[in-house]
Amino acid sequence: MPTTAPTGPAPGLAAYADVTTSDATLRRFLHGLPGVDQVGAEARAAALGTRSIKTTAKAWALDLAIRMVDLTTLEGQDTPGKVRALASKALRPDPADPSCPSVAAVCVYGDLVGDVKAIVGDAVNVAAVATAFPSGRASMEVKLADTRDAVANGADEIDMVIDRGAFLAGRYLQVFDEIVATREACARADGSHAHLKVIFETGELQTYDNVRRASWLAMLAGADFIKTSTGKVQPAATLPVTLVMLEAVRDFREATGVQIGVKPAGGIRTTKDAIKYLVMVNEIAGDDWLDPDWFRFGASTLLNDLLMQRTKMTTGRYSGPDYFTLD
Amino acid sequence: MARIDVRKTYKLYIGGAFPRSESGHSYEVTDSKGKFVANAALASRKDVRDAVVAARKAAAGWAGRTAYNRGQILYRIAEVMEDRRPQFEEAVRQSEGVTAAVARGQVDAAVDRLVWYAGWADKLAQVIGNANPVAGPFFNHTAPEPTGVVGVLAPQESSLLGLVSVVAPVVVTGNVAVVVSSYERPLPAVTFSEVLATSDVPGGVVNILTGDAATLGPWLAAHMDVNAIDLGGVAGDTELATSLEVAAADNLKRVRRAPAAEPDWAAEPDLSAMTAFVEAKTVWHPIGI
Amino acid sequence: MAFEYAPAPESRSIVDIKPSYGLFIDGEFVDGRGTSFKTINPATEETLAEVAEASEADVDLAVKAARRAFRGWSRMSGKERAKYLFRIARILQERGRELAVLESIDNGKPIKESRDVDVPIVAAHFFYYAGWADKLDYAGLGPNPQPLGVAGQVIPWNFPLLMLAWKIAPALACGNTVVLKPAETTPLTALLFAEICQQADLPPGVVNIVTGAGSTGQAVVGHPDVDKVAFTGSTDVGKAIARAVAGTDKKVTLELGGKAANIVFDDAPIDQAVEGIVGGIFFNQGHVCCAGSRLLVQESVADEVLSRLKRRMGTLRVGDPLDKNTDIGAINSAEQLARIRELSDIGESEGAERWAPPCDLPSSGFWFPPTIFTGVTQAHRIAREEVFGPVLSVLTFRTPAEAVEKANNTPYGLSAGVWTEKGSRILHMASQLRAGVVWANTFNKFDPASPFGGYKESGYGREGGRQGLAAYLKGADL
Repeated sequence: MPTTAPTGPAPGLAAYADVTTSDATLRRFLHGLPGVDQVGAEARAAALGTRSIKTTAKAWALDLAIRMVDLTTLEGQDTPGKVRALASKALRPDPADPSCPSVAAVCVYGDLVGDVKAIVGDAVNVAAVATAFPSGRASMEVKLADTRDAVANGADEIDMVIDRGAFLAGRYLQVFDEIVATREACARADGSHAHLKVIFETGELQTYDNVRRASWLAMLAGADFIKTSTGKVQPAATLPVTLVMLEAVRDFREATGVQIGVKPAGGIRTTKDAIKYLVMVNEIAGDDWLDPDWFRFGASTLLNDLLMQRTKMTTGRYSGPDYFTLD
Repeated sequence: MARIDVRKTYKLYIGGAFPRSESGHSYEVTDSKGKFVANAALASRKDVRDAVVAARKAAAGWAGRTAYNRGQILYRIAEVMEDRRPQFEEAVRQSEGVTAAVARGQVDAAVDRLVWYAGWADKLAQVIGNANPVAGPFFNHTAPEPTGVVGVLAPQESSLLGLVSVVAPVVVTGNVAVVVSSYERPLPAVTFSEVLATSDVPGGVVNILTGDAATLGPWLAAHMDVNAIDLGGVAGDTELATSLEVAAADNLKRVRRAPAAEPDWAAEPDLSAMTAFVEAKTVWHPIGI
Repeated sequence: MAFEYAPAPESRSIVDIKPSYGLFIDGEFVDGRGTSFKTINPATEETLAEVAEASEADVDLAVKAARRAFRGWSRMSGKERAKYLFRIARILQERGRELAVLESIDNGKPIKESRDVDVPIVAAHFFYYAGWADKLDYAGLGPNPQPLGVAGQVIPWNFPLLMLAWKIAPALACGNTVVLKPAETTPLTALLFAEICQQADLPPGVVNIVTGAGSTGQAVVGHPDVDKVAFTGSTDVGKAIARAVAGTDKKVTLELGGKAANIVFDDAPIDQAVEGIVGGIFFNQGHVCCAGSRLLVQESVADEVLSRLKRRMGTLRVGDPLDKNTDIGAINSAEQLARIRELSDIGESEGAERWAPPCDLPSSGFWFPPTIFTGVTQAHRIAREEVFGPVLSVLTFRTPAEAVEKANNTPYGLSAGVWTEKGSRILHMASQLRAGVVWANTFNKFDPASPFGGYKESGYGREGGRQGLAAYLKGADL
């Protein structure tokens, strides 16, 4: 995953500079994007969900899915002890099987970044939620301070939330500016910057048209990743929402040359679901995205199911939860 | 000395105009006792051709009228006919050799039939169309649309009531018609066309050819720009009806078959004369946000 | 990193194909008096079974059996008839996977379609019409509607079991009995359906299945004691049938060819439109009478739509029909493959530009890659003739009026598609398109409650819905 900002906007991106000069131009642009027909999008997602991934393909997909997990705990009751345990699991998800890969990152609240970092070092990334997660309802100063704090604590990645109120009220430029400012707050003294994931909370945006607009808005503002949900609102990640976001990153790269990652988060609990997402990544965005640098699962319980399935593949028998660590 | 009356020239009705037959031919029309009444234009295959062109030209506009408007126009035909009842009575009496009272009954029934069909204009879709509860997030409904250009071989015996009973259902549903009148009893049809010309019916919606169904029928049945055909005018002639049905298959015309004998036109009609010439169209659309 | 899907074949052990099959007449499988023919797996060219070719005498026996059964079946209360149809619907569900596998083996269609589309709709069709059997008085088709008698039904090879359901379910619900001829290349699921009729204890003679080719079909259609003819297939054969029944009292339903326009406006939901284009022409290898075989795309978005379409076509998986990940299966027969090749070659020689994504086709069996032709005009044969294969002609338009004009500029009128986010334009287009089914912002959707059938040379009569009942009752005509 690239951790330094490009020196200037990509040439393709420069063509969109006019779009963000005012609320009116941004609105015109976002509302000029092709609509998304809900029924058609959901039917497409469901159809991809019927792909049958077996044997060697499944083994390959399982390891990839594990490598894509952002192992997450975002509870008020989180403690250094809890997140350290999670960090250990992230490093070695299946202590009995050294061939099992590590996950992509551990995702926690900003104040616990140091505790995770102490365990994982540079082997696994540490992601911190910021900007008054999960509601995003705080002043800009507070959100930026939240972000800087997490970066200062050593976060490799920042998962910010957008102001859904502003988005739904049509104040797109405000949302845009907040993302730009947060991205600036991700900068480190050495010139590198923490990777920025922008959470839409698609369950609150409600329509796929909004998801497509939010995707373009965030990508234009400099997001490294676009992410569905906080996990605190239902529905969280769904296949069709992710489909629309994958279409957006695909189209954005085609238009600008800039590749953006996608992270569905919340509600993905089973291997079967995870594989459906991977099939969708493969067939919608293409195999360039089949990499932890470009696709992540925000999840917690998913990991154990992946591990159980992985064990089934290697041993030929079904396993049980007693054989896998809680965290 | 008695005044010499001014006699009418009986012509064809094509595209809202009253041309003579393109062939220049006419034929002698007699009353039921064989006495000369008039010369009617003898329509040729080229008149069929012209009438189909006129009908096709009028088709989209007529189908695009609101159903309410079509109903109003059919009702207007009834109004104008009502005004000319004595003239129609005389024409029917002369053509069919019936008493004045019977002729009057036929005329009254024809006017009433127009009124009946006029009322169907904005109801048929409600009666034979429907919303379809499909198993998915789709709005789905079915409604009738006009078939298009309909060739009508009008009844040979019932010169007015029969004619009205086959023309009204065709046009009230939004179709346009090329009608071949009764061969031996064509004059009420010509008078009817004069009513049509003064009843807000757009030119070309109904075209009436006086002539022989056996001669014109094959051209109409085989015409590739005619969408449907009513063979009622050759009732009883199984061989001819069959050959017309065979010809109609060339472009899969909808065929309303000829009955073994001409029906009793005084009987209350059902929907079949309308449903024979409509197409059910089903439209799907997703339901989503 | 490439995600290679490993083979995921559906097991064929669930089906038991006999070496030879007779005819199903009067509730029994009997030997035909005529010759026999082979049915093959179009994906491998292996012979699946030897099937009896019903002679005129065999058809006569079947019609006689149907006539005998008609007395009891038509007088049975609708409530009781309904229960037989419900039974059949349930058995179709119970044996759904078996039917799907058999259909894919005999027809070449991908298992995901036979499993997820054909068979579920087949069962749904029987459920739907089962419910009508005792409610015909409420169908709005006049008081006390009466069945026609014996229905002679001839169905095509593209949806063998589904077309059987479309024919048999409404016929039986209305109290008719049937003699059905499945297509020569795809008789097996109809014969399995006969077995299902036995399992359901359907009275003998209510359903008779006579296998064979064109001459058997002619015998069915032409039999003097057949009261109703229902045919799905080519427009040429449809016309021949219309001629054959001329001068008789036979009621006829014809569901024939098509050359549907799928119209994409510049404000379309573009990703869904691309899916609709792909589903419209590549579903069932394009062996679909209502296939969206002419793409009419507004010039202002033509390049974008085409590039998305090509990218999407690159993800289509062509191959083993029994592999659960196959999107496009085998062409049904050598004859059909030759026809597709011929028309495609003509398209190329007439100057249209041919494109297909790179794809490896199996060495045996009948295959044709998903193909599009650009630079097509209304004058090209591929824009006018039904290819009945995975071949799309792409044309452009500038205004809604031009789109309507081009869409309607065909002797066919079965279906059409419209893609736009503007509601009023959808309704306008839907009213202007001369087609029996208009899919707006969707395509190739089927449901037993939704009437299906064409305008113009696409045939007459409707199958499905309340209108589908009218085709099997006296007097009624919707």
